[in-house]
Amino acid sequence: MSEHLHQEKWIRPYGDTMDDGRVQLSFTLPVSLDENAKEAARQLALRMGIEEPSVVHSESMGPGFAFFVVYGQCKHRVDMGRIKVARPEFEVLGKDAVNAKIAQLMGRKLVVVGACIETDAHTVGIDAIMNMKGFNGHKGLESYHEIRAINMGAQVDSEELVARAIEEKADAILVSQVVTQKNIHLDNLTRLSDILEAEGLRNRVILVVGGPRISHELAKELGYDAGFGPGCYAENVASFVIEEWARRHAVRQGA
Amino acid sequence: MSHLTLDQSLIDHARDLARRIARQVYDDMHRFTTTSVERATLRLMGVDGVDADQVPLPNRLVSHLQDQGLLSHGAAVTVAGAMIEHGLDIQEVAQAVADGRLPLRRPKNEPAARHQADDMAARMCERIAANRGMRAEAIARCGEARTPWLYLIVATGNIYEDIVQARVAAEQGADVIAVIRSTGQSLLDYVPYGATTEGFGGTYATQENFRLMRAALDEVGHKIGRYIRLTNYCSGLCMPEIAAMGAMERLDMMLNDSMYGIIFRDINMQRTFIDQFFSRMVNAYAGIIINTGEDNYLTTADAYEAAHTVLASQLINEQFAYLSGLKPDQMGLGHAFEINPALENGFLWELAHAQLVRQVFPEACLKYMPPTKHMTGNIFKGHIQDALFNVVSVLTQQNIHLLGMMTEAIHTPLMQDRFLAIQNARYVFGNLRDLHEEIQFTPGGQIERRAQEALAETATLLREIEQTGLPAAIAKGTFADISRTLTGGKGLDGVVAKAADYHNPFPALMLPALMLDEERGS
Repeated sequence: MSEHLHQEKWIRPYGDTMDDGRVQLSFTLPVSLDENAKEAARQLALRMGIEEPSVVHSESMGPGFAFFVVYGQCKHRVDMGRIKVARPEFEVLGKDAVNAKIAQLMGRKLVVVGACIETDAHTVGIDAIMNMKGFNGHKGLESYHEIRAINMGAQVDSEELVARAIEEKADAILVSQVVTQKNIHLDNLTRLSDILEAEGLRNRVILVVGGPRISHELAKELGYDAGFGPGCYAENVASFVIEEWARRHAVRQGA
Repeated sequence: MSHLTLDQSLIDHARDLARRIARQVYDDMHRFTTTSVERATLRLMGVDGVDADQVPLPNRLVSHLQDQGLLSHGAAVTVAGAMIEHGLDIQEVAQAVADGRLPLRRPKNEPAARHQADDMAARMCERIAANRGMRAEAIARCGEARTPWLYLIVATGNIYEDIVQARVAAEQGADVIAVIRSTGQSLLDYVPYGATTEGFGGTYATQENFRLMRAALDEVGHKIGRYIRLTNYCSGLCMPEIAAMGAMERLDMMLNDSMYGIIFRDINMQRTFIDQFFSRMVNAYAGIIINTGEDNYLTTADAYEAAHTVLASQLINEQFAYLSGLKPDQMGLGHAFEINPALENGFLWELAHAQLVRQVFPEACLKYMPPTKHMTGNIFKGHIQDALFNVVSVLTQQNIHLLGMMTEAIHTPLMQDRFLAIQNARYVFGNLRDLHEEIQFTPGGQIERRAQEALAETATLLREIEQTGLPAAIAKGTFADISRTLTGGKGLDGVVAKAADYHNPFPALMLPALMLDEERGS
């Protein structure tokens, strides 16, 4: 889109009137509560770009710590006209449609290997996508008769995951990362992608990551094909994988 | 609150099935020891420290004994024999073995070595008994909180930062501080050494970290006039060693489940069953309250459909606990508030499940866990979910109350997350304190029927498990929809058949007389 066609649309938060910019925030300061601490909270809000900050609540949390709730008006605006967030482009199909598409395009089962890698011990995410039961009434990949779904569980070494993917001739690898403290997930994910590169497998396998703090944009930055965050179920992942498989194999539906 | 009408004969029947299930496992596993049991034994006899590569000396000693084919006799007697023959203390023996200067062999004078080992064990038991006495005295002096106790987690990775947060939490009202472990520690086949300042999603469990936190909580407890209990994680491949360290440093609670490691960490079944027995024996002797992990079943399986698996597992955990000498008030049997909030009448079912557990285990120190699975980034809704959880806890008279965090789905708690969680619980507990005495369940109503249904399903499930045996039931995915086999998982290489002359000095000192007769008889 050329620059002059860009339609400006500046927005800021809506409290009870358009463009009033009203926001709330809460935080702890590492000082005991007194008048100086309250003033510090107010000044901090000002520096964050909150105009007319009002410290509506302050409370001592014991010696050396105080809690604050602040309301004010955000002075910043953003231009919606310039925002375009990367999203995996695919059509979300239901379970039956996914199965039918795999049967039609591949003529064999789609093989998916998944794991929570490295130090991460939290299988909630990978289980929600892969296990028979699924999550919130959305059955997992194990329940798709056209998919062979192998969930390796928690704390799987990247090497082990890649070895299994080779052994199973996997079409796709799903990794889950829940723990993000100190950005450990970035190290883990980079490590897996490096190993796949080194093994010459990166282009042969569809690489997908999911987790509560994972965005598609982050996934692309890390060299993954797609990233799935909260609110995604097995059918989202399966729909993406089969469409990406079709794209790579230049198979057009109906062709 | 008036009780639910439950069929007591069905409860007794279920308990009897669980007793037979646990007994079968105990009899099958009793012929084995493990590398971690032997390392714990050496730690309790005084071995500590690491070599130049940071490998703990208990590991070096036990590896050496395993290489020499001596571990089946038990580490204690061989090492005690070396002390006598070379005139060294136990730490010097460990160091000499680690340096490659002293190859161990069977003691020349076996009775003398046994005697030496028994003496050293007796001295350690005196130390642990003294810790128990100090705890009782501190509680008598400072007082302790009413139940439900507020249980809070700190997890910065840095023990010194944890101490800052734990002190503040205690001053705000926390009764129990749990230092969550660094992710992955459960799969380390050694216990890290010394004070640690780096961890992922938690702080390494080390004996020095235990000591530092214990001292800080004693100090703050003294100041605020309330004994603050310290909790850590007696689970994973080093379960018995963590128990030993906790007993020496006067921890008060340990997460210590008989099956959690098998199901959720893929640790070998045999290894876990042997390790849990020894670790629970140490915990029992040290007066530690164990916490079991049934809440985890509900984060994987559906909380409504799987309610009976929680009760079945609690009954099995209770029987394993008895076999190790734990008393009912040391049994923090776990369960959780994890029903999907979108389910109509979900609160009724939570109430039914929690009250059922309360009535089946009237003397246990029940541990009730907050919503996690259905927590989202909507912290405002999350705070209300936690409030409903608090209501059930106070109404059903739970004992250990793990505080729900509104930011559960987002990050390890910030300072204000804990602060608001404590306020939430204190508000609900205070406002509803005696409500349970004022209201009744409708006889034959939905809550009572739901509890009866879950109890009946529990008995059916336990009958099935009793017929196939527990290992086969776990292999079938009975718990948390996860399947594990007897020879699968990590740590099987640490399982060692005991020789006829195997000796470990601690059971004779730590197990109650009744259990000991059985131990000797088998």
